[in-house]
Amino acid sequence: MRAADALMEALKAEGVEVVFGLPGGANLPTYDAIYDGGIRHILVRHEAGGGHAAEGYAKATGRVGVALGTSGPGATNLVTPICDAMLDSVPTVFLTGQVRTELIGTDGFQECDTGGITMPIVKHSFMVQDPREIPQAVHEAFYLARSGRPGPVLVDIPQDLSRADIEYEPATSVSLPGYQPTTEGNQKQIRLAAKALANSRRPVIYGGGGIVNAGAAAEFTEFCLADRFPVTLTVMGLGAFPAPHEQWLGMLGMHGTRAANYAMDEADLICAIGARFDDRITGKLSEFAPRAKFIHIDVDPAEISKNVPAHIPIVGDAKNIVPRLLAEYRALEPDRARLDDWWERIQHWQRQHPLRYDDSADSEIKPQYMVQALYEATGGDAIVSSDVGQHQMWTAQYFHFSRPRRWINSGGLGTMGFGLPAAMGAQVGCPDQLVCCMAGDGSVQMNMQELATCAQEGIPIKVFIMNNGYLGMVRQWQELFWDRRYSQVHMGSYPDFVKLADAYGATGMRFEDKKTLVEDMRQAIDTEGPVLVDVRVTQEENTYPMIPAGQAARDMVG
Amino acid sequence: MGEPGTKELLSLEDLEAAGGLRTGRKHVLSILVENKPGVLTRIAGLFARRGFNIDTLAVGPTDDEAVSRVTLTVDGAKHPIDQVTKQLHKLVNVLKIRDLEPEDSVARELALFKIACDSGSRGEVLQLTEIFRGKVVDAGRRSVVVEITGADDKIESFEQLVRPFGLIEMVRTGEIAISRGRGET
Ligand SMILES: Cc1ncc(C[n+]2csc(CCOP(=O)(O)OP(=O)(O)O)c2C)c(N)n1
Repeated sequence: MRAADALMEALKAEGVEVVFGLPGGANLPTYDAIYDGGIRHILVRHEAGGGHAAEGYAKATGRVGVALGTSGPGATNLVTPICDAMLDSVPTVFLTGQVRTELIGTDGFQECDTGGITMPIVKHSFMVQDPREIPQAVHEAFYLARSGRPGPVLVDIPQDLSRADIEYEPATSVSLPGYQPTTEGNQKQIRLAAKALANSRRPVIYGGGGIVNAGAAAEFTEFCLADRFPVTLTVMGLGAFPAPHEQWLGMLGMHGTRAANYAMDEADLICAIGARFDDRITGKLSEFAPRAKFIHIDVDPAEISKNVPAHIPIVGDAKNIVPRLLAEYRALEPDRARLDDWWERIQHWQRQHPLRYDDSADSEIKPQYMVQALYEATGGDAIVSSDVGQHQMWTAQYFHFSRPRRWINSGGLGTMGFGLPAAMGAQVGCPDQLVCCMAGDGSVQMNMQELATCAQEGIPIKVFIMNNGYLGMVRQWQELFWDRRYSQVHMGSYPDFVKLADAYGATGMRFEDKKTLVEDMRQAIDTEGPVLVDVRVTQEENTYPMIPAGQAARDMVG
Repeated sequence: MGEPGTKELLSLEDLEAAGGLRTGRKHVLSILVENKPGVLTRIAGLFARRGFNIDTLAVGPTDDEAVSRVTLTVDGAKHPIDQVTKQLHKLVNVLKIRDLEPEDSVARELALFKIACDSGSRGEVLQLTEIFRGKVVDAGRRSVVVEITGADDKIESFEQLVRPFGLIEMVRTGEIAISRGRGET
């Protein structure tokens, strides 16, 4: 069998139903195999769009997302999604074509060292050197992508090798002696953690995207509710705990709620689950949670004590550990009343500093209101992706995510242009669900071209552009920290998104009136096919509250 | 406090954090890797990306041809060694890492010194070579090449002593190490 056809068989053996990509010289054999290979292929307009679509697909479904590109520029266009998938631990496999073996190292046409370029941003990579390795490499790539701490895996295949004839035998086992992720947490450590929690008077449960990745949201929620634990989540973890809820403090970190950040600041014990103490969470590290001891549960041992030294480290899968922690905790029959004072203090912050903004008195649409309107128009029942900037933070703050895999954003890398293709991928993976994208007028232009893909393929995403005419988040920083010197952040009212939508074969709309916004949004949602809505919002609104970069939770402004 | 099997709780004050600590000394890491393309780049790239410095690096085959051994030394005063080893463990082709304790292992390095000397100073250089149990591996009218094997401090003291004669060049392999006793490194 031709190796390229064996590749199709290997992909199908992994359960792959759909891939996103764009052909070129070096992966022509693969595309010939795709022609009748029995896998749905979505022709994107830019490989980065394909890569983010694969991520959106993976985040929404929990399955491995797959993206394809040719050698050279096709591969370099995939670099951003690969890095994005690395930082957000997204299970993805990237299949790149490479020039013929004899050309490697000669600076041949469209040759680049894809393996070298991507080496620091992949979980692992396979540079295929013998066509017979392909089925095994694919099998191992999928295994690596989805097990342990998930991440992107690259398989780079030279053109001549995918044309070669091989004997196809399905790969049935992996041979990765150096890869043995720990999944089961140490029972002794779990018991210690339970005992510390039962004795703590000011605990906070701080969860992250690892809970979503582990499929452990239900277990996590049950654990949090075993006592009156205050719960906060990172931007990656939203949906792991059903918001709103009386134990829910809101998101923490740079644009988190004061209640969440102050609770971290005064906690005596912080239980981190599937979270990695990123600088957007800790702010100034030396002043982060100065009174707290830390339980840190993570599947990646290297995360433990990387930024914040853990007192009780537990390495393993949250799905395995959290129920055992719960059982140990319950057996201690802790005194629930011990948390009364703590809650009194937290509720005081919640009352004093709720998330708030000054709504307009006229028809002007405040960006925060736009998020609330989308929540109302969808009844909260939608998958929502976002780009990167103010609109992302407002969506995280004001859209209540009550289930995991419903909030799809680029948290680690902060990639503008992520939202639209990610929504496309999520919609492909979840055809029966409503998929919306909250886009920035700057960000959306970075992967607009995929609207053509959506139109052609009938992928009915609803894109709502929060149009403030600015690269808003950067403008905000310039306003607050650079003396209002607005340097290269104004974009005006270009382009005309409604006309653009039309040109792409999607439906374009423009909303400017707050009073009818919810109803207008409903109409957009009910419109068939892909819809791009230009929502004109207040231009110079700031995302608050905020911990200025490098400062402590106590220094929150706004 | 917090005895296992009891309901006794754990005092938070008694908890101590481990990890992230600088040990303040040199560490010799003996790493077994699969002999796959790009392994060395992955290791070197990881050090570069995480801002860790490799002080010395030696790579060679083992008794198993599918496996190579990388021996590298890292300064534990500058870097948290447990972070270094945990990050290394994440490389799929890394099979085993051992942080060799000085007292439980033997470390050796080979160095070649090209030293300027004439008939007047040659005797003294040869004498030093003998004291250090080195070998002259090449001799010319105006220079000699000396081979010294030993732990890095021995090589460094030899270097100090021959410098005044005119050290033309020095080449060192970087340390390799093996554990003491019957067990595998
Ligand atoms: C690819 C990329 N380039 C630059 C940035 C820096 N950046 C972060 S937020 C932002 C502004 C985004 O503007 P927009 O999409 O309009 O969203 P807004 O903040 O106005 O809601 C920029 C430029 C980035 N995150 N990603």
